[in-house]
Amino acid sequence: MSTVLDANELVLNMGPQHPSTHGVLRVILKLDGERVTGLDCVIGYLHRGVEKIGENRTYAMFAPYVDRMDYVSAVSNGLGYCLTVEKLLGVVAPPRAQITRVILTELNRIASHLLWLGTHALDVGAITPLFYCMREREEALKIFENYCGARLTTHAFRIGGLQYQLQEGFEEQVRAFCEMFPAKIDEYERLLTGNRIWRDRLEGVGILTVEDCKELGVTGPLLRAAGLAWDLRKAIPYSGYERYEFDVPTGSRGDTLDRYTVRMEEMRQSVRIMKQAVANIPSGPIMAKVPKVIKPPAGECYVSIEAPKGELGYFIVSDGTLNPYRVRVRPPGFLNLQALERMAKGALVADVVAIIGTIDFVMGEVDR
Amino acid sequence: MKVVQFLKKALLFDLFEGLWVTFRNQNPKNIYTEQYPLERPPVAERYRGAPRLNLHPQTNETLCIACDLCRIACPENLIVVGFVRDERNRKQLTHFTYDLSRCMFCGLCEDACPVDALELTQDFELASYTREGQIWDRQMLEEGPRPTRYTS
Repeated sequence: MSTVLDANELVLNMGPQHPSTHGVLRVILKLDGERVTGLDCVIGYLHRGVEKIGENRTYAMFAPYVDRMDYVSAVSNGLGYCLTVEKLLGVVAPPRAQITRVILTELNRIASHLLWLGTHALDVGAITPLFYCMREREEALKIFENYCGARLTTHAFRIGGLQYQLQEGFEEQVRAFCEMFPAKIDEYERLLTGNRIWRDRLEGVGILTVEDCKELGVTGPLLRAAGLAWDLRKAIPYSGYERYEFDVPTGSRGDTLDRYTVRMEEMRQSVRIMKQAVANIPSGPIMAKVPKVIKPPAGECYVSIEAPKGELGYFIVSDGTLNPYRVRVRPPGFLNLQALERMAKGALVADVVAIIGTIDFVMGEVDR
Repeated sequence: MKVVQFLKKALLFDLFEGLWVTFRNQNPKNIYTEQYPLERPPVAERYRGAPRLNLHPQTNETLCIACDLCRIACPENLIVVGFVRDERNRKQLTHFTYDLSRCMFCGLCEDACPVDALELTQDFELASYTREGQIWDRQMLEEGPRPTRYTS
C-alpha cells in the first residue's frame, strides 16, 4: 500500500524567469532527489504571432519581422526569407549579392556561436569566456553596423539582392576579422577544452543518438555531434555555397562535449568560407530585376537554409495578391528543444542547465 | 603514461593554462570598455537611428514632396503625412508625424523616399519621459532631438 510519504516525486518549476533557461522557457521537472525522472517544457511566453503578422504585411514589409524571430542570427533569418520569396518570384540574386550574403551569414554564424559559447560556459560555471566571446562578437557586430546600420536586427538583405552597396573598407574589415579570429578560438579552447571542471560537467551528459535526432527532427550541430554529417550547405547548396571548400565537423558520442567541439570547429570553418568568399567579390549589380510591387504568382514553396542553430525553413503560400496567404516558419530551435526531455532523463538537475545551454535555442524563434 | 596523467591532474596543469590566458589579457591595451555616458561611442555612418526630415541646404525649405511613399512602405504604419494642394495643384507638406515608440528602424521608409528627404540618422538617444514624447512632429524631425549632456 502506498501512502503520501512514498510519493517522493518532487515537481519543480524551472523558469520562466530562471536565468539559465535562456529566455522565457519554463521546464517542469519531475525529480527523484536530484535525478530527473521526466520533464515538460512550457513554451509560448514569447509568442508574438509573427506568422500571423506576415499575412497582414506585403512581402517586402515582412522582412524586418523575420529578424526578430532568432534575434541572435538575424542575418540568417533574413537570408532564408529572401531566398524563399525569390524562389516564388523566380529570380536569382546576382553574384555580387550572393557572395556578400555568404560572408554576412557566416559572420552571423560566428556571432551566434560566440553568444552560445559565452552563455553556455557561464551556465556551467566559467565566467571568463563570456567576456572574451562578447569582445570578439563586438567586432562582428561592428561589421554589420558598418554595412547596414544595425547591429542585431539587421534587415541586411532585400528580396532580389541587397539594398546597400558594400561600404568602403568592407573587405579589409572582414579580412582583419578572419586574421584575428582563429587565434581567439585557440584562446577559448585553452580556457575550456582541457579544463577538468568543463570536461567533467559535459562528458557523457545529454547523449543524443542519430536515431533520436531523426525521430525528433533535430538538425544542426546537435545532429552533427551525434555523428551524421548533414549540413544543408553541402546537401542542398544555396546562395553559391557549392563553390566553397569547407568541412562538416562531426562528433562520435553525441554528448554535450561533442556539441561543444563541433561548434568550435564550425567557427573555424566559417572563417575558412569567409576567407574564400572575400578573396573574389565580383563587381556588378547587387539587385536582381524585381518589380517594385512584389506580387508572386499563386503557389507555394519551401526553402530551408543551414542557420547557426540548424535547419531554418520558410514555407510561403502565395495566392497571387500583395500579401502572403500563409507564412510558416520551421525554426531550428523549436524542434531541437523537443530533444530536451530525451537528453535530460536520468540526469541531475545541474546537468539540465548544461543541456539547455547546449541546445542553443532562442525563445524568440521557438515561440515566434 | 598513467603517472603523467596523474601528475597533470595533481599539479592542476589545466587550471594554470587557463589562468595564463586570463593573465595575458590583463594587459591595459586590451581594455574594451566603452565609457558610454561620459564618451559617446562612435556609430557607423549608415547607422539607423532617429529619423530626420532634411531641409534644402540653401533655401531651408523642406525637401519632402508629400508623396506618401514612406507611409505606404512602413510595416508598422506609423507615419502620417499631411498636405494641402496649392493653387498649381502641387502638394505642399503641412504636417508630418513619426511615432518612434512603434518604430523598429528597419529603414524601409528611408529606402522608399524618392528625394532623400526622410533619413535615419546617427542619433540613438531617444528616451523621453512620456509616451507622447515619442511621437515626433515635423519641427522635431527637422531640427533633430535636443542633444543630451551628461557631463557638467
